[in-house]
Amino acid sequence: MAFLTIEKLVKTFGAQTTVKGIDLAVERGEFVTLLGPSGCGKTTILRMIAGFETATSGTIRIDGKDVTNLRPNQRHIGMVFQAYALFPNMSVADNIAFGLKVARKPSAEIAARVKEMLELIKLPDLGDRYPYQLSGGQQQRVALARALAVKPQILLLDEPLSALDAKIRISLREEIRAVQRALGITTIFVTHDQEEALSMSDRICVINEGNIEQLGTPFEIYNYPKTRFVASFVGTLNILNGRVLDSTSGRLSIDDQEVITARGIGGASTGDTLALALRPEALSIGHANGGSNNLTGTIDEVHFLGSVVRIRVRFKDNIVSLDTFNRPHSAPPERGQPVTVNFTREDILVLDRPTI
Amino acid sequence: MKESRLFPWLGVIFGATYFLVPLIATFEFSLRMERGRYSFEAYRIVLADPYFQASFGYSAVIAVCTILVGIALSVPTAYVVQLKLPRLRPVVEFITLLPLVIPAIVIVFGYLRMYNSSSWLPLTSSARGTDLLLTFSYVTLALPYMYRSVDTGLRAIDVRTLTEAAQSLGSSWPRILLTVILPNVRVAVLSGAFLTFAIVIGEFTMASLLNRPAFGPYLQRIGANRAYEPAALAIIAFAITWACMGLINLFAAMGRQTQRR
Ligand SMILES: Nc1ncnc2c1ncn2[C@@H]1O[C@H](COP(=O)(O)OP(=O)(O)OP(=O)(O)O)[C@@H](O)[C@H]1O
Ligand SMILES: [Mg+2]
Repeated sequence: MAFLTIEKLVKTFGAQTTVKGIDLAVERGEFVTLLGPSGCGKTTILRMIAGFETATSGTIRIDGKDVTNLRPNQRHIGMVFQAYALFPNMSVADNIAFGLKVARKPSAEIAARVKEMLELIKLPDLGDRYPYQLSGGQQQRVALARALAVKPQILLLDEPLSALDAKIRISLREEIRAVQRALGITTIFVTHDQEEALSMSDRICVINEGNIEQLGTPFEIYNYPKTRFVASFVGTLNILNGRVLDSTSGRLSIDDQEVITARGIGGASTGDTLALALRPEALSIGHANGGSNNLTGTIDEVHFLGSVVRIRVRFKDNIVSLDTFNRPHSAPPERGQPVTVNFTREDILVLDRPTI
Repeated sequence: MKESRLFPWLGVIFGATYFLVPLIATFEFSLRMERGRYSFEAYRIVLADPYFQASFGYSAVIAVCTILVGIALSVPTAYVVQLKLPRLRPVVEFITLLPLVIPAIVIVFGYLRMYNSSSWLPLTSSARGTDLLLTFSYVTLALPYMYRSVDTGLRAIDVRTLTEAAQSLGSSWPRILLTVILPNVRVAVLSGAFLTFAIVIGEFTMASLLNRPAFGPYLQRIGANRAYEPAALAIIAFAITWACMGLINLFAAMGRQTQRR
């Protein structure tokens, strides 16, 4: 049985149901991210696991033990908040020692553990500082150390990086992941940043309006989104309308140009219009042979983003964005220029398949 | 440019005159006890008066008790209101403001009816009991100030997140209040405490009606019977109040330094 098991978890606030019956099983040592737009209920789910919110119905089990009705201070859960939430009146060392003191550990053990945690977060010399003397990134690392010092069963992080600037965010997410791996602690991470979710997680749980849309590895979520919501929320996506020419062979027409998809469109009949999706990185410029799809259009817009150049191509009614690498020795294409875009048959995702 | 600055300055000068002239006049008068020259004779007499020492000491002790009871009442209340019952805030604020609206004399007559020697809780039948009643009346009187400053202090910190962080680390409610919340509203509590002190030291109505040997009635008695000493006492009382204000500012400044957020 999984280490953390959530069954049919529901939370209602007054007339509004925020979490609508969630089932989730997290293995010991796994890093699972709850990803979803603002207001979808991520924080509420996390707070129910922590015990700050009582579940309207459903059960939460940790290591086989039902904790649904335990108080937060009985659950052995470490929590890191978006607002750093260090105790402003205590030094860094006292912050980290707080949970150990509550647990009445002997002072020698506390001192050793504090030192160990300070080294783990790579701030060995800052034990005497106060929170206001630390940068945001350092504060968040101390918050992580404080949560981990008591050896919790589960670590919960609610958007711990969203208050930090971009550079720190990236280095800290690697650091959090490294610490998590080193300790092998079961972790639930909440974010609305898909890049964060993709780069950190063992598995991602995409949530929309209180329901799980899809649960899977970053690879599965990104490459094989099961719903239109997942496809559009995770990654940048080009959505095009295609008309079915022949459903058995997968022939479609996009703005009167023919393409073929390798993904089944079984239920559709000739003449149906389907929503198709193409990832920007699946597209490349130029004509390709060997069964690839080619579409000709004109260049609509060119955005220079540094290492990547994002180009927008218009066919007739449909527009796609695609990324090419910046090459210092060849200038990017210009607006209005005709261009051919190619992609493989596997790259077309069919989002709306008519039900059979 | 020059003209626009003239009027604010006139305002300041007018205000300063309004406050300072009587103060300076009182001070000057308090120095004239000995004929023909300035001296601190009136101050010497006042400070040497055993009644002064006794009544001031009594009021100071009552003030400290008032502060302790006030903190024990305001901090948990404001905390719970902020954390769990935000919808009750207007009600609680209204209640804490009542002592400003209801005259002290009305409150104390109410107390005398409730707790007189023939009531179910005869607090006034012993001196200690009356001291207790006086302390509680002062808590009521100082409540608007104490509650307000504690509430403001709590609003300046992220009470919910700090509480939850402590809770997830295994902490119990009393421990959260004592080790996490109280130290972080220290400055607010202190300023409430000094305001309470200043109020209690100068209070007359309640102490007089409950017939306790407090500083306020002493001031009144001296004022009615002597010429120069009341002026000296007024200046002393004024200095105490200002010292309290100064301490509030000092602690507030220190607090800003150590709790920059
Ligand atoms: N205590 C509460 N009382 C009433 N409604 C609440 C409460 N907490 C959350 N909600 C509602 O539940 C919904 C989900 O909130 P939640 O905080 O879980 O979203 P979230 O996914 O964490 O969003 P974000 O990314 O903005 O943090 C919101 O519509 C919110 O208004
Ligand atoms: Mg949230």
